[in-house]
Amino acid sequence: MFHEWVKFADDETASVGITDYAQEELGDLVFVNLPEAGDDFAVGEVFADVESVKAVSDINCPLTGTISEVNEAIMDEPESINSDPYGAWFVKFEGISEQENLMDAAAYEKYVEEEKAKEE
Amino acid sequence: MKTIFERSVEKRKLSLLPECDVPAVDLEAADRETPLDLPEVSENDISRHFSEMAKSTHGVNDGFYPLGSCTMKYNPKVNDEAASLQGFTNIHPLQPDHTVQGCIGLMKEAEKTLCEITGMDRMTFQPAAGAHGEFTGLLLIKAYHRSRNDLKRNKIIVPDSAHGTNPASAVMAGYEVINIPSKEDGCVDLDALRNVAGDDTAGLMLTNPNTVGLFDKNILEITDIVHKAGGLCYYDGANLNAVIGIVRPGDMGFDCMHINLHKTFSTPHGGGGPGAGPVGCKEFLADFLPGMLPAGEDQLYLKKPQNSIGMMKAYNGNFLILVRAYAYIIMLGREGIPEIAKNAVLNANYLRVMLSGKYVIPYKETCMHEFVMSLEHEKASMDVTAMDVAKALLDYGIHPPTMYFPLIVHEALMVEPTETESKEALDSLIKAFTEIYDKAVEDPEYIKNAPHNTIIERPDEVSAARHPKLRYIPEDN
Amino acid sequence: MGSFIANTDRQQQEMLTAAGYDNFEDLFAHIPDVVKLGRELEIDRGLSEMEVCRKIESLSEKNIVFRHIFRGAGAYDHYIPSIVKEVVSKEEFVTAYTPYQAEVSQGNLQSIFEYQTMMCELTGMDVSNASVYDGATAAAESVFMCKDRKRKSVVISGAVNPAVIDVIRTYCSGRETDINVVPAKNGLTDADAVCAALNSATACLIVQQPNFFGNIEDADRFCRAAHEAGAKFVMSVDPIAMAVLKTPGEYGADIAVGEGQSLGMPLGFGGPYLGFMTTTQKMMRQLPGRIVGQTEDSEGNVCYVLTLQAREQHIRREKASSNICSNEALCALTATVYLSAMGPEGLRQAAELSVNKAHYLQKELEKAGFAPAYPDAEFFKEFVTESPVPPERLMAELEKHGILGGLPLEDGKILWCATEKNTREDIDDLVTLAGEVIC
Repeated sequence: MFHEWVKFADDETASVGITDYAQEELGDLVFVNLPEAGDDFAVGEVFADVESVKAVSDINCPLTGTISEVNEAIMDEPESINSDPYGAWFVKFEGISEQENLMDAAAYEKYVEEEKAKEE
Repeated sequence: MKTIFERSVEKRKLSLLPECDVPAVDLEAADRETPLDLPEVSENDISRHFSEMAKSTHGVNDGFYPLGSCTMKYNPKVNDEAASLQGFTNIHPLQPDHTVQGCIGLMKEAEKTLCEITGMDRMTFQPAAGAHGEFTGLLLIKAYHRSRNDLKRNKIIVPDSAHGTNPASAVMAGYEVINIPSKEDGCVDLDALRNVAGDDTAGLMLTNPNTVGLFDKNILEITDIVHKAGGLCYYDGANLNAVIGIVRPGDMGFDCMHINLHKTFSTPHGGGGPGAGPVGCKEFLADFLPGMLPAGEDQLYLKKPQNSIGMMKAYNGNFLILVRAYAYIIMLGREGIPEIAKNAVLNANYLRVMLSGKYVIPYKETCMHEFVMSLEHEKASMDVTAMDVAKALLDYGIHPPTMYFPLIVHEALMVEPTETESKEALDSLIKAFTEIYDKAVEDPEYIKNAPHNTIIERPDEVSAARHPKLRYIPEDN
Repeated sequence: MGSFIANTDRQQQEMLTAAGYDNFEDLFAHIPDVVKLGRELEIDRGLSEMEVCRKIESLSEKNIVFRHIFRGAGAYDHYIPSIVKEVVSKEEFVTAYTPYQAEVSQGNLQSIFEYQTMMCELTGMDVSNASVYDGATAAAESVFMCKDRKRKSVVISGAVNPAVIDVIRTYCSGRETDINVVPAKNGLTDADAVCAALNSATACLIVQQPNFFGNIEDADRFCRAAHEAGAKFVMSVDPIAMAVLKTPGEYGADIAVGEGQSLGMPLGFGGPYLGFMTTTQKMMRQLPGRIVGQTEDSEGNVCYVLTLQAREQHIRREKASSNICSNEALCALTATVYLSAMGPEGLRQAAELSVNKAHYLQKELEKAGFAPAYPDAEFFKEFVTESPVPPERLMAELEKHGILGGLPLEDGKILWCATEKNTREDIDDLVTLAGEVIC
């Protein structure tokens, strides 16, 4: 399960970030390592990682495509990922040819509820 | 505490160097233009400043350091004296061999003794740390396979319980890391190992006892599996204190290994270094060793092995650290070396048994020189974590055990007393742990806000990482 | 036998019983007999402390300690102030562990912070780490700071210390890295050849200042050429020279590394020494090893902590760019105390004295018949001469008088060095003896 959100602009372009559940689990983020524009990734490949003080977490690609833009702002202010996970996009993709089975917001929320219940 | 820069007063200085007794030369080369902003202080200022720094630094002389996997044993002072002899400190590394018979002689004796202790045939003293030794050992393995034209071996097997340097070193040596899961008892899963060992296996990196402090009884089978698949076995010597003089890595099927002189052999940690990580190997790998090895009988000389992998650092390794370790080894000698392991293991089991009343010790059998406690239950029930308990120990003047390692145990605290702690010190640790537990039950917030008696409270590590301030800047202060 | 075990036999027995064991064998009973050594170690019996001292002293007496040293080549005989030795022998500094527990390590952490600051001042760069093993491994690690998926080759000037080049080769032998060593020309980096060697696959260019032959490089051209090719520019520098020469920061270098042994550490037959690594703000997170940062505690007090740890091996494991764990912390402290004791004026004085002495030595040696090998190059504290006699013969004669002469090089030349420790009289004596060997 990739705790990431994908916002499609059209069939071939989208922006990607991590969900509120993800940022909460990861804790205070201190840095994010992003790829470069022009890099290609396939579904499942690690395209970025986020650092907290004591850990690093890989972010896996939910799409197959090419990076068109990276969000430099979150590199300077990683705290924005914690405070505004749905606004703090990581990268933008173009030329999308494949995608992971994506849930809609309602299905995801239900999934997260179930995960949280399991933890208790 | 003021920084040394804040003690600076313009024009203050020491009187260290004489006037020039030869003609002055004006270099034509481009000059430095940016002012050199170093402190301008008196010797008294320096003396007081660093005294203050020392008082806020917890050394082994200040109290117990039960750090799992670090072997913080007492650092004998005779070792320091040996290492400060002018006959060693004033020797240039590029002096001709005939003028350094003492240095080469010490290296030769140390090699002989350490090979006997570890079951290896030859040893290089060039690596400056354990991780440096690991990198060296992996390059030896690489050279070996290359020499036999066996070029498809590109994987190193590492258990998931391994110290972080193991996989990092493997990657530095150009290998892909295959992590194998440990069994419930913390030992190597033989089936998992058999599954991954194949003709693309260059080798296995392992420590025994393992990182949860248990001796893996299947060790001969483990090394055999890897050998049968055509790979070599590398021993991470970090836990040697548990078995030194009783079991030798060379007898467990390991082909090469490193020793941590700053762990097992009592050289001081220096606040993070310098250490030394000599690498020993069996004869068939000896030709690949880096650096220069002692040779000769009456007239000694240094010789580069025929197919040496090269140099791990310039010159001869951390020689003055080797001097300390050598002094230690000859002092303990034949009878003293095994006593290290016996008492390290006794001290650890004593603590384990006495703490098992209050704390969860996931592995119930006899441990070796260290054991792991888990605070998982306390986290769930009281929200008191391993970190909280560790910080609470600081209020007792005791350095916390290793936290959150190994990764296979949640909320881990790994305790290694070493053989040099007295029963009184161990009892005071037990008392501290007991009181902390009782306090946590009664008033968890107090423990969660520990430490209370140290010169600072918990530092804000998040800001430190988000907005790094990595040097003193005059305007800021 | 020597022992540091405090517990007496009786206490050991008490503890065995309390833990539920009859004897020591029980503690090791679970270990298969077949792996146990089962015999005594074939090493000498233990000794008392007094005997240890005697044995080690007699070993040290087999070495020849030269009273006058004129050899450098990466390890230098500079003056070590007494306060330095005093401070770095304080038991707290010597025996402390890595400062992972900030609350009880503020002294250690603050002194590393001060060290980082001073190294930045020396090199003119923005950020420093807390040390690596030595100057050679620092240069090797800098290669991995610069490599990326598209740029995998390194251009190194042949005027860099051969030992450093050796170490870089060894470090790169594991991972696919193309190393191009451009031979030196007339004792300096061959600027034309280096520029021709730089291309779009070059990760970095490494140049040493002053170079192995002691000569001062004009690094401007190299820095520009490297950047034009899209590569990083790495300078390996002598820290004492940084008091007077244009710094890597002033040249616009991306990384400045070097050997810090000159900053208060004894020659010690090669170690422990000190590798320093400094870089720009931009490349901060590529630095390997520990780094100390300033922060505040929950009460707002200024304090220090190990930071940016998520770069390191204990967190990144196989994704770490370097495996480095232990560093040369006590040597970094040594440098901090040395630089505090010397101050800006003292360091400048050490640099200028070294330059003056070396130039005096060179002139006098020339008069005695040792022609300069690179007369057109300007040198700092080391220089190369031809030798009208076999160097071994010269060295043997000097040795009789307690003098360690320059380093004989492979091509029959000699690499000489002078520092503030060599007096005019010492130099004159050396030159007289050298002259006599020729006759």
